[in-house]
Amino acid sequence: MQNQTPRLAMEGIVKEFPGVKALSDVNFQLFPGEVHALMGENGAGKSTLIKVLTGVYSIDGGTVTLEGNPIHVNSPLEAQELGISTVYQEVNLCTNLSVVENIFIGRQIMKKGRIDWKEMNRQADELLKRLNLNIDVTKLLSSYSVAMQQMIAIARALNVQAKVLILDEPTSSLDRDEVNQLFDVIRNLQKEGLAIVFVSHFLDQIYEISNRITVLRNGEWIGEYMTKDLPRLELVEKMIGKELNELTSISKGKGDEVQTEKRESFMEVENLSKTGNIQPFNLDIHEGEIVGLAGLLGSGRTELARLLFGADKPDTGEIKIKGVKKQLNSPKQAIANRIAFCSEDRKAEGIIPELTIRENMILAMQGTKGWFRFIPKKKQIEIADEYVELLNINPPNPEQLIKNLSGGNQQKVMLARWLITNPELLILDEPTRGIDIGAKTEIMKLMVSLSEKGMSILFVSSELDEVLRTCDKIAVLRDRKKVSEISNKDHKTQHDIMKEMAGGM
Amino acid sequence: MIKSMIKSKLFWPIVVLVLILLFNLFFDRGFFSIEVRGGHLVGSLIDILNRGAPLMLISIGMTLVIATKGIDLGVGSVIAMSGAIGAMSVAGAADDSILPLFTAIGLSVGICVLAGAWNGLLVSRVGVQPIVATLILMVAGRGIAQLITGGQITTVYYEPYSYIGGGYLFLLPFSIFIVAAVFAIAMFLTRKTAIGLFIESVGSNPDASRLSGINSKNIILMVYIFSGFCAAIGGLILSSNVASADGNNAGLWYELDAILAVVIGGTSLMGGRFFLMGTLVGALIIQSLTTTIYSVGVPTEYNLVVKAIVVLIVCLLQSPEFRKRLTGAFGSKKGVKSTKDKGVTLS
Repeated sequence: MQNQTPRLAMEGIVKEFPGVKALSDVNFQLFPGEVHALMGENGAGKSTLIKVLTGVYSIDGGTVTLEGNPIHVNSPLEAQELGISTVYQEVNLCTNLSVVENIFIGRQIMKKGRIDWKEMNRQADELLKRLNLNIDVTKLLSSYSVAMQQMIAIARALNVQAKVLILDEPTSSLDRDEVNQLFDVIRNLQKEGLAIVFVSHFLDQIYEISNRITVLRNGEWIGEYMTKDLPRLELVEKMIGKELNELTSISKGKGDEVQTEKRESFMEVENLSKTGNIQPFNLDIHEGEIVGLAGLLGSGRTELARLLFGADKPDTGEIKIKGVKKQLNSPKQAIANRIAFCSEDRKAEGIIPELTIRENMILAMQGTKGWFRFIPKKKQIEIADEYVELLNINPPNPEQLIKNLSGGNQQKVMLARWLITNPELLILDEPTRGIDIGAKTEIMKLMVSLSEKGMSILFVSSELDEVLRTCDKIAVLRDRKKVSEISNKDHKTQHDIMKEMAGGM
Repeated sequence: MIKSMIKSKLFWPIVVLVLILLFNLFFDRGFFSIEVRGGHLVGSLIDILNRGAPLMLISIGMTLVIATKGIDLGVGSVIAMSGAIGAMSVAGAADDSILPLFTAIGLSVGICVLAGAWNGLLVSRVGVQPIVATLILMVAGRGIAQLITGGQITTVYYEPYSYIGGGYLFLLPFSIFIVAAVFAIAMFLTRKTAIGLFIESVGSNPDASRLSGINSKNIILMVYIFSGFCAAIGGLILSSNVASADGNNAGLWYELDAILAVVIGGTSLMGGRFFLMGTLVGALIIQSLTTTIYSVGVPTEYNLVVKAIVVLIVCLLQSPEFRKRLTGAFGSKKGVKSTKDKGVTLS
């Protein structure tokens, strides 16, 4: 296969956004009849690369050749005309239209100025047969399952003479049987000689379907490998990076390890689960303990954390707080039990953009006080000033609207919102994502000092070195399941955790 | 000082209001004069305040609803309901007893608060979109009002009832005091308790608010109830002013005027920050516009078109983008410079 000319080759691709190099010198080649997995953690540049290829973004440097001819793709439409089709994660179809309408939307077959339904139905049938699907194309899209819709989306992508098919997380909302169905279709297309780019967070699926893997990290090209020659563990290492800035200054005093065992349990979780989100798991969190949650993206970290905060309702299991069984059906109840949760999705679930720093900070505390015990404005200003200074928030003006702040400073305001409630368990979901090194270190130092004062912390992070540096205990998740729990004692290394994250060996 | 004045959300609405009032001077030299006649202050300005009272009231309620990213289309019908209930319950009462007055007020307010709660439950508990949920009451409420009045205009001869909308206190129309009281209640609830903060946070980012432990359902329920309360009082004033119950036309299209007043006042239909003071000014703009159109002598059939044009101008003036273009068109460099400053931000 190696001797063939690639159908698509991208060389030295550079894409810059103001202040950020999203892609630097990235290579990617795709051969006919192969499934090529594009791998990388969040922010690695996978979606940027796809968007560059499909003309959503313009290229700042590098060349793209399709079947040996250099191309310049300026818009998604142009990409489609060139034969590069994309199926996105979220099914991008209209559920209230029929299957055939969805397939031909925007390029209806016309006859004498009117739509030629007969011909369109025939062609749609033919297309779907190619994918081994025998369905009634005149029925509404909504009458079919999500998997079927996903395949109809693929059919739509193939409708134009596709040479390259990009599947961006096509399996994230499918169950196992549906994934198999989809994979059958992919294998069929592969036999026909289509070149397929496959993006997914599920390692099992990558190893099942792909021939070749390209790994990106922080916008850089790490390498291209044949899937069969790349053990899982190595793949994970390449995705995450191995630069061990070994346990430095913030490392927690390991002398109190023995005490950890003796400390009172704050929360005991038994058999908690939510179908499709996370399989049943047990977890103990002791007072003053920092528990790390490690796992790749999509492994169920956030889903687990949300159950502990009552943000989602579990299907099974129970939670005990200080030995007493509790029902956490809403964040409000969780907060009343002194639990705080700093969401990873700052924009959608964290900040209230129209309000000021001060108002954002006191929101959760005021939430516990209710409508009428209003925190006096003077007190609010005092609290805000205190935390602006403590967390070094810039600009140091509590009356500034939070939407005008940088990501790192918004994150600090979110931290302040929860610290003000003085929680006993603080759940931090990716608190260091998208913020600069200085702020990261500050946040980790804060975590350690809070835990020394007796606060329990659940630290969800994809940065393994941060987890190793701060946590007493690390729970590892894989494919929406808690697979192991590692006590962070005997000089554990990232390697140990990665082995658990990768699994399958 | 002047800069901060111009930046204030209130600046442009007030400018427009003043312009509309000044415009009247061309046609009526005595427009601004106020005199004492028969123990009352009399003048066009007082008249605007008095006639604008119902609109100001329901706009206050509407402001809070809109701040939660909702909308209440039912208020016009609630006005009709309230007026019908109030007027019909005092229709046969004797002048010497004041008790029927309070029964009427109690009944109207009680039932309209229930109507507001109905809206609030549909939106917050059942999850119906606000525009659809309140559309139900918009239709049903007027229907109920027509049933109560039997589709007729019933005149009321009970003197105490007409005091609500036609009486005077300390030289001023009583309705102005009602508006002031409701406004004060709204200001107190939203600025001296946490309710205002919660309304703004629920309207600005409902998911984040829930995760911060705020019960957004109760907040949403509360604003619709308050809107119903405001509409009830507005309805009583309207029906008392004309001493009759009119299920067909009382409060017709008021919901739209109220929404306009809120938007002119600077509150965004996308929810979040709200400006009660701005809403009051907005309501006064709409009322003075109506009064002006009549007093200038524009034929009635032009009324709505003229109103639409002026409202369009007000809305455009409020848009910073439009003002920038306007100043840019006159060769000012300000507009050009500030567009350059807008960097592209990564999200």
